[in-house]
Amino acid sequence: MITLRGVTKRFGDQVVLDGFDLDLAEGGVTALMGPNGSGKTTIARLLLGLTVPDAGEIRGIAGRRRAAAFQEDRLCRQLTALSNVRLVLDHDVPASAVVAELDGVGLDAESLAKPVRDLSGGQRRRVAIVRALMADADLVVLDEPFKGLDADGKNVLMAYVQERRAGRTMLLITHDPAEAAWFGAHVVELEPRA
Amino acid sequence: MRRAVRPLLVIAFWLAVWQLAAVAVGHEVLLVSPGGALARLGQLIPTTDFWGTVWHSLVRIGGGFVVASVVGVLGAAAASASRVFDALVTPALAAIRSTPVVSFIILVLMLPIHGQLAFVISFLMVLPITYTNVLEGIRHRDRSLLEVATVFRVPLIRRMPAIDIPAVLPFFIASCKIGVGLAWKSGIAAEVIGLAQGSIGERLYEAKILLSSADLFAWTAVIIALSFGFEKLVLALLRRAELRLARGRAT
Repeated sequence: MITLRGVTKRFGDQVVLDGFDLDLAEGGVTALMGPNGSGKTTIARLLLGLTVPDAGEIRGIAGRRRAAAFQEDRLCRQLTALSNVRLVLDHDVPASAVVAELDGVGLDAESLAKPVRDLSGGQRRRVAIVRALMADADLVVLDEPFKGLDADGKNVLMAYVQERRAGRTMLLITHDPAEAAWFGAHVVELEPRA
Repeated sequence: MRRAVRPLLVIAFWLAVWQLAAVAVGHEVLLVSPGGALARLGQLIPTTDFWGTVWHSLVRIGGGFVVASVVGVLGAAAASASRVFDALVTPALAAIRSTPVVSFIILVLMLPIHGQLAFVISFLMVLPITYTNVLEGIRHRDRSLLEVATVFRVPLIRRMPAIDIPAVLPFFIASCKIGVGLAWKSGIAAEVIGLAQGSIGERLYEAKILLSSADLFAWTAVIIALSFGFEKLVLALLRRAELRLARGRAT
């Protein structure tokens, strides 16, 4: 179980989180929903260890291996999809396994030969999600992972995430209640900031 | 076709201006014609002395450039990792950058390392440029990608070719473009002032003593060719490195 207790986070004069509590069930999916600016991404960054709370505490994340698909694709533009995914994997994961996963989410051989800067937005999203799900991690954070995808692409990727998650703890940030329901997620609604 | 012809036309225009100026001066000793300079170059190239002189300057000036590039990159990496190092070294290199080259030339001439004058001077002129540019490149790395590396615990040895070097390389290439020309200009100036034996600078000094503008122009053409060739070689090697990095860990 990962717990946030009384977490406060400020950026200058702005209080983004004020005494915030959250429980992430071990092996379950928690969906964070709420309007823009309510602190969803800040919570993700706290869980990923990219920022620290000004007050309060986070328990159960020490020593955890983490993986994420950020709101932006955050890929090395000059590298191919294969190289981007392999960058975060252990040496013993063969290239063929990565190719198979990328192929499974609709990236054909021609796309795999190109640097990711030459791929479409949807294709880059697929690479970012495969990278997050193939990484050896026990906490997976997905920040609006299906944003901007067409219906078919979204269905393929949601099925991929569900299959690949394999019992790992997952935080899903989304604006779409249907996505949260599809994953059977425990939904946490954040209030708009006053 | 038009694109290829244009630079040739520009060169032909300035050669014509030079020829007209030489005719107007009317003394080959004071201002040699393009043909005269070319003829002198033709006499110099087949001699062993010419190649020995070129080698002498190339090794020292090129060496100064290469060592300054390596030290500049390592220094910038250290400065990005340590605020103390940055606070101590950055102002010192800014001072070197602002100091007239001739001050350093005279200082080195007074030291027991004066035999390596051209090496030391080209090193000192290139070092601040490489250091400053590479440090700027390090500071301009994509923070979002560095966060990815942190989250996924990507080891430094894999992070560097994928994230750090591609971000810094354009800054390093820019410093090399400036640095090569500067290394040659300052290195040759040092050789002229220090009368480095067997160097191109010494040949230029002799041209002045003997009032031989043919030698002056011939050796100047050699310096330009060396600087140009050296720059092209350095840039070709860096482009090759860039392509290799783009291949990533594909297999």
